[in-house]
Amino acid sequence: MNIAQILFYLMSFITLASAVFVAATKNLVRSVFMFFITLFGLAGLYILSLADFVAITQVVIYVGGILVLILFAFMLSGKETLDAIQKQKNQFISANKIASLILAVLFFVVLVLMIFKVDVNNLEWIKVAIGQNSDIKLNSNMTDNIGINLMTRYLLPFEAISILLMMALVGAAHLSRKEQKS
Amino acid sequence: MITMNDFLIVSAALFCIGLFMLVSKRNAIQILIGIELMLNAAILNLVAFGKYDRFVNGGQMFALFAIVLAAATTAVALAIILNVYRRYKTIDPAKVDKLRD
Repeated sequence: MNIAQILFYLMSFITLASAVFVAATKNLVRSVFMFFITLFGLAGLYILSLADFVAITQVVIYVGGILVLILFAFMLSGKETLDAIQKQKNQFISANKIASLILAVLFFVVLVLMIFKVDVNNLEWIKVAIGQNSDIKLNSNMTDNIGINLMTRYLLPFEAISILLMMALVGAAHLSRKEQKS
Repeated sequence: MITMNDFLIVSAALFCIGLFMLVSKRNAIQILIGIELMLNAAILNLVAFGKYDRFVNGGQMFALFAIVLAAATTAVALAIILNVYRRYKTIDPAKVDKLRD
């Protein structure tokens, strides 16, 4: 058992445990802050999968952008949302919760069975890729390659997503402004 | 050696936690967090398979696109949640049941 494997199990444990905490806790602020931990653990998993650029993007966009946005919305929406959550505390185990738990567990069983049935480690194209020496090595410099690919092969999706991002931000600003009295 | 199965099982577990939050929560912000968890599970799959693609980078590239899309989705969804709160004084999706007035 080498150190990468130990780190992998540590990271996946942190990620899954904090995700379970996010799902289980009643305190909304605490769940948002535990979501931080989940995202950092996921960034670590990306690094262990040799995708360092994606991991940095994850930290910058998710932790720096989305989470702050969620916290803002939560602060702006006032005290009543907190009270609404406190009210749920009385009915600790409701029928709704049991049903959704059963749904999630059954879906997990189906997914795991499918993963073992597909036998992902011995897929055809993965063997071909390893044979052609085109899997990412520990010392290969991926950020350069991603930049070059982004400007050549993936130029059209890049432009499309930049226009979409601009439209989404303009739309969000339009939706959240105060209504004028007419 | 970390095998592919490990990544896929972690991602499946994360997806199911997100599904649980999506179905059981009564608060729009928590439902949004559940959606983010599911998106992150999908991105973890993309990144894990992208390991076997050094020259074209399909997996990592679309993981980046998915992260940006998640940012756009969250911005719009939070604006909608704020508007719903302003109009209904609640963000429980079960209580928001009118299209107009």
